[in-house]
Amino acid sequence: MTSALPLWARTTPWGMIAAVAALGAFGLLVLYSAAGGSLHPWAMAQGVRFAVLIVAMIALAQVDPALWRKYAYWIYAAVLLALIGVEALGAVSGGSRRWLDTGVLRLQPSEFMKLAIVLALARYFHNLPRTHIRSLSALVIPFALILAPTALVMAQPDLGTAMMIAVGGVAVLFLAGLPWWWFAGGLAAIGGAVPVLFHFLHGYQARRVTIFLDPGADPRGAGYHITQSKIAIGSGGLFGKGFLQGTQSHLDYLPERHTDFIFATMAEEWGVAGGVFILLCFGVVLWWGMGVSMRARTPFARLAAAGLTMTLFFYVAINLLMVMGLAPVVGIPLPLVSYGGSAMMTVLIALAIVMSVAREADTG
Amino acid sequence: MNSNAIQQQSFARRALLLGAGQGAVGLLLGARLLQLAVSEGEKYKLLAEGNRVALRLIAPRRGWIVDRAGKPLAMNRPAYRLEMQPDEAGDVEAILARLAVLVPLTPADLARIRDDMDGRPKYLPVEIKDDLSWETFAAINVRMPELPGVRPVRGFARAYPGGAPYAHLMGYMAAPTHTEYARTHDRLLLLPGFKVGKEGVEKALDPVLRGKPGARREEVTAGGHPVRALETLPDTQGHTVRLTIDRDLQDYTARRIGAESASVVVMDCWTGDILAMVSMPAYDPNAFSNGITQTMWAAAQSDPRHPLIDKCVGGVYPPGSTFKPVTALAILGAGISPDQTVHCNGGYSFGGRVFHCHLKRGHGSVNLRTGLIQSCDVYFYHFGRLAGINAIAQAGRELGMGARYALPIGGQRKGIIPDEAWKLARYDKRWLPGETLSCAIGQGYVAANPLQLAVMTARVASGRTVMPRLIVNGPPTPAPALTLPEEHLALVRQGMIDVVNHGTAKRAKLGQDFQMAAKTGTAQVRNISAAERRHGVRKDQSLAWSLRDHAWFICYAPADAPRYAMSVLVEHGGHGGVVCAPIARDVMTYLFEPAAALASLQTVEGDRRQRALAEQWRRDAAERAAEAAADAAAKAAAAPPTVPV
Repeated sequence: MTSALPLWARTTPWGMIAAVAALGAFGLLVLYSAAGGSLHPWAMAQGVRFAVLIVAMIALAQVDPALWRKYAYWIYAAVLLALIGVEALGAVSGGSRRWLDTGVLRLQPSEFMKLAIVLALARYFHNLPRTHIRSLSALVIPFALILAPTALVMAQPDLGTAMMIAVGGVAVLFLAGLPWWWFAGGLAAIGGAVPVLFHFLHGYQARRVTIFLDPGADPRGAGYHITQSKIAIGSGGLFGKGFLQGTQSHLDYLPERHTDFIFATMAEEWGVAGGVFILLCFGVVLWWGMGVSMRARTPFARLAAAGLTMTLFFYVAINLLMVMGLAPVVGIPLPLVSYGGSAMMTVLIALAIVMSVAREADTG
Repeated sequence: MNSNAIQQQSFARRALLLGAGQGAVGLLLGARLLQLAVSEGEKYKLLAEGNRVALRLIAPRRGWIVDRAGKPLAMNRPAYRLEMQPDEAGDVEAILARLAVLVPLTPADLARIRDDMDGRPKYLPVEIKDDLSWETFAAINVRMPELPGVRPVRGFARAYPGGAPYAHLMGYMAAPTHTEYARTHDRLLLLPGFKVGKEGVEKALDPVLRGKPGARREEVTAGGHPVRALETLPDTQGHTVRLTIDRDLQDYTARRIGAESASVVVMDCWTGDILAMVSMPAYDPNAFSNGITQTMWAAAQSDPRHPLIDKCVGGVYPPGSTFKPVTALAILGAGISPDQTVHCNGGYSFGGRVFHCHLKRGHGSVNLRTGLIQSCDVYFYHFGRLAGINAIAQAGRELGMGARYALPIGGQRKGIIPDEAWKLARYDKRWLPGETLSCAIGQGYVAANPLQLAVMTARVASGRTVMPRLIVNGPPTPAPALTLPEEHLALVRQGMIDVVNHGTAKRAKLGQDFQMAAKTGTAQVRNISAAERRHGVRKDQSLAWSLRDHAWFICYAPADAPRYAMSVLVEHGGHGGVVCAPIARDVMTYLFEPAAALASLQTVEGDRRQRALAEQWRRDAAERAAEAAADAAAKAAAAPPTVPV
């Protein structure tokens, strides 16, 4: 069956893009309300950025997946170098060094590493003979690939991003077919090491964990974020207080109401209904991403598609678990909804790569 | 099957597993959402409401203080005040500069405003100026658009219609200190213009008078900035406090004291109700409550008559001969017959020293009655020594001396009723018998305040352990009888009646209808040297004011059925019978025949002594003001020039 549409348009997953656009548009509504019913300072800037980036995503999706495979190591090496650069001469920002100020753009290499680690590992297992998958060497190099950026980001210190890089990489190892018992053993080891690791956390990181375990202990101090977020979500009820009617956000009780805690801002005004809508939209995108990985033709394509989808999943899951008081406060925004360009760009690039895999799988 | 296919199969299994994990987390999140918003929704709705709504306090109206007949002693009058909310004002200094044209703001005002703004949230208003005139208030209302953040507020200020005679009783009102807030953390204290009682009844009964603040429910931001008002709860005015004071008597007494530096305490002999308690001169409590100026404060502090001290309870003096009723009761208690006599030839030798009687030629043969009438020192030297200091002290304490009373006024001083144990504790030395002689005539270690002497007089008159009372809280409870025998008290009372009829207090004779019982007293301020005594003691009038003796007078009336007891002290007034007796007579007359007492006031206010004193204080005040001005000028010249801001 021929269509009037050009090839690129026919191979573009419009359903998934509709879900992404719905998330972005809903995010703009929430940002408009969070600013007290104003396009400034957030909604307008975010809207322009979103429009530009979604077009860029569709354009980037036309790149052949083989090209990503070819340059995977180079990308990884460049981002790793940039991370080292941040450590060496990064500007101090918010108490930790995360930004690389190039003079024109402020880049956050740790953001890109979330993608680069998946690509590099996918490339590694793409070439690894099947027979080697159970050898120790199959573990050593990927382990080093994960450890280096994780340690660098941890040192910034940015616990949330480091964790996302590590779990993104581990997810690829798992999908690549490494023996089950390694993961089971690893999980057990991590469980045992948590109390020890806790000891090495920075003061504010350790406090976040203890506060998570008992937010009531210091409701006016460090537990304030979680408490106020839960109040915002809980007081919204099933259908919310109505657009522009949130008191927790408008009266400044909710901290970071336009970034990390935007889900709470939304839930106060839109209730459970708004929350379920966001969950479903992400569900659509994730379902599509995992589906693409199943259909992919090459090991690299499979691992890249699934790994990048998992990265998006970790983003969403960690943020929502935190906002609803099920995980400690780590500075991770809700992608596509929260105000800010970094997470949005990371997620849209990831989706662009998955889209290119999808086109290769569907057109042959 | 090629390796790609095998790998794909393994991949699919694991991808499905991860997909299932994603779904599980999604379900967990959905469930949590429902838990927060539905099962715990009510709790969080309440918490959100608690966040949103804040209570803003409204200062309560203070309770009145009234006299025994319900006449106001302290009340509230409408007052206009200026407040500023720093976060709305923006450039605070510019606003203050603009305000200074309309309202006179002293450097002290500015310093206080800046101090108030420091360390307080910017949304809390601070007081700029209190008690504005209506003209200024109106002028500012017109200029409101040029003065963002400035608010003219109508409130209440404390007013004391009686003025200075009530200064020590009432105390005054002032802004709470940082320490007072730190102790209570009462948010009411942070309200601009809120004042608390600082002295006297205003301080002691502050919790009763204060009332309960009202509240305005307001929607506020997390920063506390009000967004809109929701509803208002009115305040509850503080309770009215009724004092035992008789306002007319208090006013009359203050006028009768005139230019003297004096204390008068009038008590009910049976209930202990304090009808008048006047310490003059005093300050104007209205001026204090509205923020006293530096010059007023300096003038009050340097005044030799100590207007800031409540002489009634805070001044202790040797009681002199007014202590003799106490010694007399101790003598009788020691079993010495009132008819026993001693010969007075103007002096009494004891322990190689001569103790002089006030009458140089002597009183001849003296018994208890004549000893009291003539106030013969030798009688009390001799028999007081026989009774012993411990017996004298015990009688003194039984009559209420050396005690602090449970009264709502501060600054009560206990004075001293010495005995052997007291000296051992105080000086670690044994009591010398010679010291008993001085104490027996109310000199030496003995020290008392005017209130204590009034209580002593009331107890002698009624024979009951009357306790002084300043607040009317229900009917008075009858006081139990003293342990002293009634026949001893009757002898002392008769002595005091005779003092008025034949003795040192003839000037205190009342009209024909009723009689007064009294005792005079003179407390030495300086030691009289042996040389001076040889050449004739200098007449008190020829000495400088501050070297003259204190004059005392205690009395009760009517003599046959006591109702009121009184103590009068005139600082440096000379002999008690000369200066105090007429005051006591007139004040007592006011209680029975007010018209007659008011008539005598006219002659008193024009008399030579009063005029001379008034003139002296005028000159004295002018001199001190000039001195202070010269001091300030010298200081200003010595200090480096300050840069005008």
